[in-house]
Amino acid sequence: MAGGCAMAGSLLAYLAHQARALPADALRPPGALPEDAFLAACIRCGLCVRDCPYDTLKLAELGEGGPAAGTPYFTARDTPCEMCDDIPCVAACPTGALDPALQVIDDARMGTAVLVDQENCLNFLGLRCDVCYRVCPVIDKAITLELSHNERSGHHAIFAPTVHAGQCTGCGICEKSCVLPEAAIKVLPLRLARGAAAEHYRKGWEEREAHGAPLVEDLIDLPDRLPGPGTDNLATPGGFDPAFKLPGASQ
Amino acid sequence: MSDKTRLPTGQEAIREKGWVGAHRYLILRRLSQAFFLMLFLLGPWFGVWWVAGTLAGSRTLGVLPLTDPFVLLQGMFAGHWPEATALLGALIVLVAYALIGGRVYCSWVCPINPVTDAAHWLHERLGLQKGWQPKRTTRFWILGAALVVSALSGTIAWEIVNPITMLHRGLVFGIGFAWALVAMIFLFDLVVARRGWCGHVCPVGAFYGLLGAKSLLRVSAADRTVCDNCMDCYAVCPESHVISPALKGKPGETPLILSPDCTNCGRCIDVCSVNVFNFTHRFDHHLKTGEGAANDPNTSHAA
Repeated sequence: MAGGCAMAGSLLAYLAHQARALPADALRPPGALPEDAFLAACIRCGLCVRDCPYDTLKLAELGEGGPAAGTPYFTARDTPCEMCDDIPCVAACPTGALDPALQVIDDARMGTAVLVDQENCLNFLGLRCDVCYRVCPVIDKAITLELSHNERSGHHAIFAPTVHAGQCTGCGICEKSCVLPEAAIKVLPLRLARGAAAEHYRKGWEEREAHGAPLVEDLIDLPDRLPGPGTDNLATPGGFDPAFKLPGASQ
Repeated sequence: MSDKTRLPTGQEAIREKGWVGAHRYLILRRLSQAFFLMLFLLGPWFGVWWVAGTLAGSRTLGVLPLTDPFVLLQGMFAGHWPEATALLGALIVLVAYALIGGRVYCSWVCPINPVTDAAHWLHERLGLQKGWQPKRTTRFWILGAALVVSALSGTIAWEIVNPITMLHRGLVFGIGFAWALVAMIFLFDLVVARRGWCGHVCPVGAFYGLLGAKSLLRVSAADRTVCDNCMDCYAVCPESHVISPALKGKPGETPLILSPDCTNCGRCIDVCSVNVFNFTHRFDHHLKTGEGAANDPNTSHAA
C-alpha cells in the first residue's frame, strides 16, 4: 500500500513538474508572485479572470499547453493588460498569489518588451512608425527613441525604439499594437527576456561615484588615447609619431 | 438475508411509498447538485454574478469568500501562507462541514458525484463484477501523498489531477481536455473498481470525511427492530460498511451511523420500505421501538 502510494505520488510529482512548462508567450497577471511561489499560492479559482474588465486574463485549460492547468495568464498579442489603476485582478485574489503589495500598476513586472526583430522593425529600417513608443503607457521611460545615423540614406536618422526593462511593466500593449503581421517587439516573461549580472560584479564607475573618490588611493592616471594634438593618437597631426613604422603601414 | 433480499433493490419501497417517496433524497440531492452548479453558471451564462469563481475558491454576492480548505492546505504545504480572505473562506467552509458532515460535500455538492453515480447505475444494469477493491484507507494514503508531493514540488499537487475542480472549472470557464479526465473516472468506476473513485481513491472525500468525523447531522437506524433484512440499504449505500454497526448493533449500542465515511446522502432512508432510517443529530441515541423485538423470528433471519 505504501509502495503504491509512493508510486502514485511520484507520478503526481512528475505531472507537477510537467505542469510548470510555460509557453513563451504566456504572461502572468500583475503582481503575480515569482513562478515557483505562484504555483504554491494560486488555488485556480478564476476570480482574477472574472474581475478583469477587459477579459484579458484566461484560465489555462487542461491539455491546452498553457501554464499549469487552471492558473491565469494572458497573451499580449491577443489581449494585452490595460493596466487599470485600481488593479482589480490583484484585489480579487483571495490567497495573495497576486501580491496585494502591488499598489501602483506602473510597478507591475508581468514581463518585459524586447525588440526581437530589428531587421523587420520599421523604425530600424529608417521609417517613422513609432507605434510601440506612442502606445506605451509608460512612454519615454519604458520605451525611448534613441537616435543614430542612418548609414543607408546617409542623411537621415534612425529612431530606434529602445526598451528599458527597469521601467517596463510587461503590459503587452506595444506587442499588440505592432503594425507588422508578426510583431517585431514582443513581451516575454522575465525569465526568458533578461540576463542577470553575476553576484560579485561591481561597476567601477558607479562605485567610484558612490564613494566620491577613487576606491584605490594614489592610483596613477595614465593618459587617455583621445583624438587631437598632445596625445598619443596616431592618426592626428601633432600626435605621437613613432620612430619605427611597420612595413606597409604608411597608408 | 431474507426472501426480500432477492427482490430488485427498492421495489418494496416504491410500492410502499410511491416512486417519489422512494427517491426523495435522491431527487433532493440532484437538485442540490444542480443548484450549486447553477449558482456558479448564472454569471457566465446569464451575467448574474451572485457567485464568482469555482469550488476551489469563490466570492458570493461580492462579500462572502469561500475557499476549499484542502486546496489551501496543500498550498500551505507547498510553502505559501495565504492572505486573510482565503483563510476566512476556508474557515467558513471548515465550520459548515464540521457541523453538517464533511462528506455532505461529496453527495450534495460535488459535480463528480453524478458521474460516479451514473457509472454505478450502469455497472448494476450490466451486472458487472465489483472488480478491484482497494482498501477504504487508500484514500487517506493518497491524501497524505498529495500533501507530501505538495511540500516537495512546491505546487498544489492534487489540483493537477483533481477531477472535481477540473470538471467544475471546465463547466464554468471552458472545458478543454478535462472531459477526458471525467470520462476516465466514469470508466474507472464502471469497469475497474465499483464505487472505486469516491469510495476508495479520492483524497478530497477523505479530507472532508476527517473534517466531519464529529459532525452533528447523522443518519440513525432508529427503527432497526423492524428491519426485514431486504438488504436494499446495503445495495444503495456508496459506503456500505457504515451501515452494519448501526443497523445490526447489539442492544445498548447506538443506532447512529457514526462512521466519517457516511456521506449523508439519505439513499438508505429512501430505499427502506419499513422506514428504519431517519436524519437526526449525533446525540439522539434513542430507538423507536424496544430492542426486544429484534429477536422476533418474523423479522429476522426468516427462511
